[in-house]
Amino acid sequence: MELVMAIVIGVLTSCGVLLVLRAHTFAVVLGLTMLSYAVNLFIFASGGLTAGKGAVLGVTDIYADPLPQALVLTAIVIGFAMTAFLVILAIRARAELGNDHVDGHSGSRQQQESRF
Amino acid sequence: MQHAVIFPILVPLITGALLLLPPLQASVNKRRALGGLGLLLLLLSACYGLWQSAGGVQNFYLLGNWPAPFGIVLLQDKVSAIFVLLSTVLACCCWLYSLAGEDERGAYFQPLLQFLLMGIHGAFLTADLFNLFVFFEVLLISSYGLLLHGGGKGRTKAALHYVLLNLLGSALFLLALALLYAMLGSLNMQDMALRISSLAPQQVLIVKAAAGLLLLVFGLKAALLPLHFWLPAAYANASAAVAAMFAVMTKVGVYCVMRVFGSLFGDNAAELAGFGRDLLWIAGLATMLLAAVGVVAAQHLKLLVAYLVLLSAGSLLATLALGHTGAVAAVLYYSLHSTLVAAALFLLADLIAAQRGTVQDRLVAGRPLQQAWPLGVLFVISALAVVGMPPLSGFVAKIWLMQAATDLHSRIALWSVLLFCSLLVLIALTRAGSTLFWRVKAQAVTAQRADAVQFAAVGLLLLASPVLVLFGEPVMQFCVEAATQLQFLPNVRAVGGA
Repeated sequence: MELVMAIVIGVLTSCGVLLVLRAHTFAVVLGLTMLSYAVNLFIFASGGLTAGKGAVLGVTDIYADPLPQALVLTAIVIGFAMTAFLVILAIRARAELGNDHVDGHSGSRQQQESRF
Repeated sequence: MQHAVIFPILVPLITGALLLLPPLQASVNKRRALGGLGLLLLLLSACYGLWQSAGGVQNFYLLGNWPAPFGIVLLQDKVSAIFVLLSTVLACCCWLYSLAGEDERGAYFQPLLQFLLMGIHGAFLTADLFNLFVFFEVLLISSYGLLLHGGGKGRTKAALHYVLLNLLGSALFLLALALLYAMLGSLNMQDMALRISSLAPQQVLIVKAAAGLLLLVFGLKAALLPLHFWLPAAYANASAAVAAMFAVMTKVGVYCVMRVFGSLFGDNAAELAGFGRDLLWIAGLATMLLAAVGVVAAQHLKLLVAYLVLLSAGSLLATLALGHTGAVAAVLYYSLHSTLVAAALFLLADLIAAQRGTVQDRLVAGRPLQQAWPLGVLFVISALAVVGMPPLSGFVAKIWLMQAATDLHSRIALWSVLLFCSLLVLIALTRAGSTLFWRVKAQAVTAQRADAVQFAAVGLLLLASPVLVLFGEPVMQFCVEAATQLQFLPNVRAVGGA
C-alpha cells in the first residue's frame, strides 16, 4: 500500500507542477488542484498507513492516527474555498484583461498558442 | 479574565460576522459605526493584553480545555502582545482614513478588514503550527478580497499573481507540516522544540527538509529576495487604506520566522540549532540592495513606497539572522517604526495623487498641489523618519539594528549595506519630493480637498514616530524583555487544564 500511495502522490505532484508552470490560468488552476490533492494524500499518510482499523481508542488494539484525518479535513475545506475563489478571479481576469494569460498580456499570443 | 487572551481573535470575528447581516447592509453609517466600535473593543483588549503580558507571565489559553500537547494552545507573551497592538493601531488609522469615502468604493471593505485582523491576530497568538496555517489562510483570503477592493485592471492582474503564489505557498506549508508531524508526532511549537532537541540521527535530514520548506513559505510571506515578486505590484496597485494595512503583512512573515525558527531551531535544537540563519543573512542583505535599487528606479510614488516596505523586510530578516537576543529586540523596535511610517506614506501618496490631476502619483512635473503646505510638511516628516534622521524613530531604530551586529564580519556587511541603502532612499525621496511639490507647471486643478479624517489618520500614524523616541527607554526595555522571553521555552506538559 505504501508503494501505491507514494506513486500516486508522486504522479499527482509532478502533473501539478507541470501544469502550474504553464502560462494560462485554466491550466494553473488545474495544476494547483492536483497539487492540493497530492498534499492532502501526503498529510493523510503522515500518521502512518493502517488498513481497516478505526480511529477511536479502546475499540481495537491497533488504531489509525486520528489527527492527520482531522488535519486533512481542514486542508480539504480550505483548499476547496481557495480554488473556488481562484476560479472566480481567473474568470474576472479573463473578462477584464481580455485574455487568460497569467501576466494578462497578449503580445506574443500566436507564439504562445503554437507552443501549447 | 483568563479568556482575555482570545479576545483579539473573537472580537473581529464577531464584528465581521455582524457587519454581513442584512440590517447593516442598508446603511453606510451603521456599518462604519459598528466597524469602529469593533476596532475600539479590539484596541482595549490589545492594550489589556499588553498590560497583562508586561508582568512577565506567558499566558496559555487551552481551546476547549484540552490538555496542552494534544489540544490547540494560544500563547500570549510580550512579543505577540506587541504585534497585536501594532496591527490594531494600524487598522484603526486605516479605518479612519477609509471614512472619507474609500470604504464604499467596493463591497465589504469593513467586514473584510475585520476578518483580516482576525487572521493576523490568530497568527500572532497561536502556539500550534497547524493552527498557524489555518489563520494564515484566514488572513490571506481576506487580503485577496481587500486587494481587489475598488476594482480595475491593475488590481486584478496583481491579485492574480498574489493569489497564485500564495496558494503554492500554502501547499508547501502543508507539506512541511505533514513532514514535521510524521517525524515529531506533535504540532505544538513548544512540544516540537523539546522533541527536536532529542532527534534520532536518521530523522535529522527529513526535519531539515521540512524546516527548509517552512523557511520558503515564511520567506514568501515576508517577501525575501527570490520570492518577493508579488509585493511591489500588489502594494502599488491596492487602494490606499488597503496598502497601508498590508504594511503589517510582511511583518507576519518576519514574526513567524522569529517565533518558529527562534523556538524550534533555536540554541536548544542540538544538530539543527541555527538552521537557515546563513541563508536568511545573505537573502536578507540581497533583498535590501534590490529594494534600494527599486526605490531609486520607481516611476510612481506608490511603487516607491512598496519598495520601502521590501527594504524594511530585508533589513528585519538580515538582522534576525544574527540570532542573539539583542538582534531580536532591535527587530521588534524596527518593526513598530517601519510598519507605521510605511503605512503613513501609502496614505500620503494617495492624498498627493488625488490633487495632481491626470499625472496622479507619477514622478513627473505636474500641476501644483492644492494643499501643498500641509501635505508637504507631512511628506518631509515621513521621509525623515524613513531615512533615519535624528529626531525621529528611524534614527534610533537603525542605530539599534547596526549595534545588533556584534562581530566584525557581520558588522562590515550590515553597516555598509544598511547605510548605502539609506543613502539611496534619501536621494530617491529628495528627488520625489522636489518633483511632486516644486516642479510644477500649469494651474492647480480644483480637485477635491483632502478630508479632515484623512489628515487625522496620516497624522496619527506619523505621531507614532516621535512617540517611539520620546518613550524610547520603556519601549526599548520592553523589546529587550520580549526578546529574552522568546528564548525561554515553558514546559507545555506542565500546562494542564484550568
